[in-house]
Amino acid sequence: MSLLIRNLSFLDWRDLSLDLGAEEIVAIMGDSGSGKSLFLRAIADLILSEGTVEHFGKSREEFEPIDWRKKVGFLPAEIFWWEDRVVDHFEKSPPADWMKRLSLEEGSLDWQPQRLSMGERQRLGLLRMLDRRPKVLLLDEPTANLNESATESVESLILEYITRNEASALWVTHSDQQASRVASKRYRMRNKQLQKF
Amino acid sequence: MNTESLSYLDLSLALVLVLALAILLRAYRLGVTRSLLVATVRLVVQLSLIGHVLRFLFASGNEPYIGIMAFVMLCVASREIMARQKRRLRGWGSFGIGAGSLFFSSFAIALYSILVVVRPEPWYTPQYVIPLLGMIMSNTMNALTLSMDRLTSAVYDHRDVIEQRLALGQSAREAIKSYSKDCIRTGITPIINSMATAGIVALPGMMTGQILAGASPLEAVRYQIMIWILIAAGAGFGMAFALRMLEAILFDNRMRLRLDRLAEPKH
Repeated sequence: MSLLIRNLSFLDWRDLSLDLGAEEIVAIMGDSGSGKSLFLRAIADLILSEGTVEHFGKSREEFEPIDWRKKVGFLPAEIFWWEDRVVDHFEKSPPADWMKRLSLEEGSLDWQPQRLSMGERQRLGLLRMLDRRPKVLLLDEPTANLNESATESVESLILEYITRNEASALWVTHSDQQASRVASKRYRMRNKQLQKF
Repeated sequence: MNTESLSYLDLSLALVLVLALAILLRAYRLGVTRSLLVATVRLVVQLSLIGHVLRFLFASGNEPYIGIMAFVMLCVASREIMARQKRRLRGWGSFGIGAGSLFFSSFAIALYSILVVVRPEPWYTPQYVIPLLGMIMSNTMNALTLSMDRLTSAVYDHRDVIEQRLALGQSAREAIKSYSKDCIRTGITPIINSMATAGIVALPGMMTGQILAGASPLEAVRYQIMIWILIAAGAGFGMAFALRMLEAILFDNRMRLRLDRLAEPKH
């Protein structure tokens, strides 16, 4: 399993379990405040949690925290920037081809982050996460601020990344259509429980 | 030259200034009026008492008493550091970091200056030990108070950014590097300012005291140079130690940001 989660507990949430196979995308749905983002943060080991999280049979605790988070990339719903220029947040510049596919201006890398629109933040945030070449993507509503055509190009880029890199993704979304387009399985977070449906 | 004697009536004329400042601060509701007044009262009471304590210490010159005095200084300074933190660590954390940093920087540096630089006979002569330790410790205390407060506040305010930096695979140290740098700068800037303008803008207190007491200005200057160097070292090493400790507490062994280890600020 690319990601095997057994009895994961954090805050008030108890014993969540989930399987994510290689090259698989699983959609996580549920109302706002149901704990979808917390679930992703718990998997990325950013908040305290108990239980088993494994990546191809190797448990999270066997990885150094830094290695785990590079392997299991978390894309937050709201992207923050802290350096003076966008490009300073990247280890290597994103491929020009990806920039073009996401309709991002080449020059935007040299901008100050304040200049970016919400949609640009989200798309560049995705590239910033892919920059670390993660094997598991934890995506928190990656297309929430995007119009239809931008949503489509983000979806196709993520799908392609996953096949090419034998990666996998947990994809939080509010859209049924998006879930059926990208995901092979769906889970719903409700009453602090995760149910397959 | 005899020092002009200063009566309590003369002092009360200076106190008028504090009252005026307190009224101004209150009018602007800046919320530090109370601290200012309490600090002023403490200044008057403590210094009046310490005059007697020092007279006794200098007369007796006995080691255990000096040790007790140093210990009391350490505890009071640590408490002061803790009390000035907007977001302190739960339990004894802030006190412990303050005390540890003061101990490993101020005490070590005061000892070094006594044993290696000044070499009074005997080495524990209270006229040297207490003022030296006091000057180093109070400046280190100020630097620690500012820098620790600054770091915990910055980490709290920027917790979302820090979490995203961690999420991208940065280490805890990398994720807070810009804030650590900031708070070291905050702590050491007053000291660097004083050193850079020493003698031109301000005649430092100890030097002034020696000159007033009749020492040669050249001798007083040499002492003052030593004191500033010790203060800079004390504050610098103290802050470096304190920041490492804070970092170790604000992040756990899995490099998770643990803001639950900070207490709610008191209003």
